[in-house]
Amino acid sequence: MDYMTLLQLLDSTVRLATPLLLACLAGLYSERAGIFDIGLEGKMLAAAFFSAAFAYTTGSVWIGLLAGIAASLILSAVHGLASITFRGNQLISGVAINFLAAGMTVLVAQNWFKQGGRTPSLIGGARFEPITLPFAEALKDVPVLGPLYYELISGHSILVYIAFALVPLTWWVLFRTRFGLRLRAVGENPAAVDTAGVSVIGLRFAAVAICGVLCGIAGAYLATALQAGFVKDMTAGRGFIALAALIFAKWRPWHALGACLLFGLLQAIALRYQNIDLGGIVIPVQVMDALPYILTVVILAGFVGKAIPPRAGGEPYVKER
Amino acid sequence: MDKMPQWADVVLIPLISLLLAAILSALVILAIGENPWAAFKLMVEGALMRSAGWGYTLYYATNFIFTGLAVAVAFHARLFNIGGEGQAMLGGLGVALACLYVPWPHWSLAILGASVGAALFGALWALIPAYLQAKRGSHIVITTIMFNFIAAALLNYVLVNILRPVGAMDPATAKFPEATHLPTFRDMFSTADNIMFRGAPANVTFFLALAACLVVWVLIWRTRLGYELRAFGHSESAAQYAGISPVKITVIAMLISGALAGMMSVNTTMGESERLILNSTEGAGFIGIAVALMGRSHPFGVLLAALLFGFLYQGGAELALWTTIPRELIVVIQALVILFTGALDNMVRMPLEKLFLAMRKGDA
Repeated sequence: MDYMTLLQLLDSTVRLATPLLLACLAGLYSERAGIFDIGLEGKMLAAAFFSAAFAYTTGSVWIGLLAGIAASLILSAVHGLASITFRGNQLISGVAINFLAAGMTVLVAQNWFKQGGRTPSLIGGARFEPITLPFAEALKDVPVLGPLYYELISGHSILVYIAFALVPLTWWVLFRTRFGLRLRAVGENPAAVDTAGVSVIGLRFAAVAICGVLCGIAGAYLATALQAGFVKDMTAGRGFIALAALIFAKWRPWHALGACLLFGLLQAIALRYQNIDLGGIVIPVQVMDALPYILTVVILAGFVGKAIPPRAGGEPYVKER
Repeated sequence: MDKMPQWADVVLIPLISLLLAAILSALVILAIGENPWAAFKLMVEGALMRSAGWGYTLYYATNFIFTGLAVAVAFHARLFNIGGEGQAMLGGLGVALACLYVPWPHWSLAILGASVGAALFGALWALIPAYLQAKRGSHIVITTIMFNFIAAALLNYVLVNILRPVGAMDPATAKFPEATHLPTFRDMFSTADNIMFRGAPANVTFFLALAACLVVWVLIWRTRLGYELRAFGHSESAAQYAGISPVKITVIAMLISGALAGMMSVNTTMGESERLILNSTEGAGFIGIAVALMGRSHPFGVLLAALLFGFLYQGGAELALWTTIPRELIVVIQALVILFTGALDNMVRMPLEKLFLAMRKGDA
């Protein structure tokens, strides 16, 4: 493998890791506040469809992005209503949201566009175009670093840079602000937060809303930047890989970046090479597909360091208790 | 003191939840410009008015009985087995191996052998998450989700690289031998001049599913193991105090659950396609969640809910055929049923409890 192939592989890793990273950070906010969310997949899917639909109709990708975020927020509100207000089972609510999105997107897509559950292809201003960073062209010929800058760092859509910038931002919000401290506390010991006179319900709804916004961006990225338009079930399990990455990262932002890049790399390799020949031993492509899930099970099993979720995760808070 | 009578808990709440889901589904149909009442009539027409329609309804219901029971058994031990899909996929592998590599003399023996194969493989696929939950405290919901994806990749590998006949293009096994073909409802119920269930895939596995309902009922309410299972589900610490091993119960509950989910494949793989194909489960493992929630984890409730979903599935196919409503409508209905009977249970329950308490006060 030469240097350019490596750069292309890493470039594709960055593209594929971006939706994972956004969804993973979305889950991070929600789960740190004690609300399990296996509905990341559904929220991304809904956002992917509505962003593509609105971007196509209005011709503006920014309106599409807003529509995607709005769709994702509505599903977040359902999740919040079920799991915070009515103290229902958060996992069952997540499952319902995934199915709701899977069904509704195709239903509405067929009704609006009549193309078998997809949107028409997006062109021009209806897509997020790659951004060429300053001096990328000029520095292209500098040995080693030039191509690195030109191929790998420059030339992504704005959402990629937003996603990567969100990592330090999330770290700062969660670990350096009062809001973050309370958010983490509400996921560990909501009674203590309540005693301090801070609204548990308010904090949890805030976390679920942030989760909705980030899932919305992730979905919009899939449909308007990574690909040009929505197709049925286009998230293809990415919400669950993000969930896996979240556990892999043990609910920490910087580790989430690492986990998402790793899983993105696996996807990039599986996409580029079908079966990998390692001098006699052939690794089938299915192994690459399954590897994120296998790694997560291994981590969960505690063989490589223990993954301890937020203590109050999954449990509705009852004030009187 | 109970807040409300038993019948309200078992019958009234699911009915109200179902009604809410139905109303929302009707609104969805209305929103895409179709008439909900006409759609409902079409569904009844297609699923229940002809014997062929029943043949499909019962075929789907068979799948959902198995996966519904699988989720229900795990629910009794307060375990959420979301991995029915993966366990059913592996069950299909068990069926395929049993049918392809054992020379069965007659289908009646073959179905027993295939059921054992399906149950064994399904149970094995549930064993690892069960063990990890019991021994290492890994969350069973997450591990079973992961195992669904791993199962899909594994099955893909096995079908493409190992079991695919030489020269075949599509990833599927060879056709099962003649002796393993199960009698369909058409074979069983048609007379010479009156052909019933024409072209429908319902087969003898339906009766196996009914038997499974009975067995699960006996197991949960009439055996010591069932008692231990329920006790563990109600209070882990109390069960432990009574000498019930949490590790043992978790593993056994998941093994039974996985075996039931796996047995679904007898219906799809052996009864219908007569070879193992890539996507034979078609999401039935997930519908089991809705079925178990609606059926209140009781085998009889699961049976009724499975029939309802069988009707919805067949009716949904009819809708897709004759109207502009796509098949995904059924996914939406399924989501709404899960949402209302599962996650939003308290939304219906809380006002009802208040109502019953108020009525009781009035009596006193």
